[in-house]
Amino acid sequence: MSGLSNLSSADKGELMEQVKQQIAVANAQELLTKMTEKCFNKCINKPGTSLDSSEQKCISMCMDRFMDSWNLVSRTYGSRLQREQHKM
Amino acid sequence: MSDFDSLGSSSGDKELQEFLMIEKQKAQVNAQIHEFNEICWDKCIGKPSSKLDSATETCLANCVDRFIDTSLLITQRFAQLLQKNQ
Repeated sequence: MSGLSNLSSADKGELMEQVKQQIAVANAQELLTKMTEKCFNKCINKPGTSLDSSEQKCISMCMDRFMDSWNLVSRTYGSRLQREQHKM
Repeated sequence: MSDFDSLGSSSGDKELQEFLMIEKQKAQVNAQIHEFNEICWDKCIGKPSSKLDSATETCLANCVDRFIDTSLLITQRFAQLLQKNQ
């Protein structure tokens, strides 16, 4: 950890930027993995020899709804966190 | 927490320590959102349609709050159980 004290401010900025980017990538990967799993379960009941057009349509709707759901959950959790902080 | 503060000052870079602490907190909140979304998606979503209807939206919002309530309640009761058994 002590090596970090010798960073120039430009290096430090770059390090911070990299940390942010890695977190963003990890976040996108998590979203992608969960979305694939959930939408596969919802839309593919009996796997056939190819994804038919109704399955494809279901998947794209499912992706959009998954994002809607994520955003709503995020807002709900955010306001709950704020309410809990007021209590303390 | 005081260990953390002394680490911050001994490594000589408060700005970096603070940045890392905030990013860590943000990542934890984000991980929690992923978890809630997964749980509440399974509870509330039927066949995906062209938009989230208002009943589903209510279900999702209630699901998050009730899950947190449940978690708080269980934590409390669990602590009581532990105390009783001591």
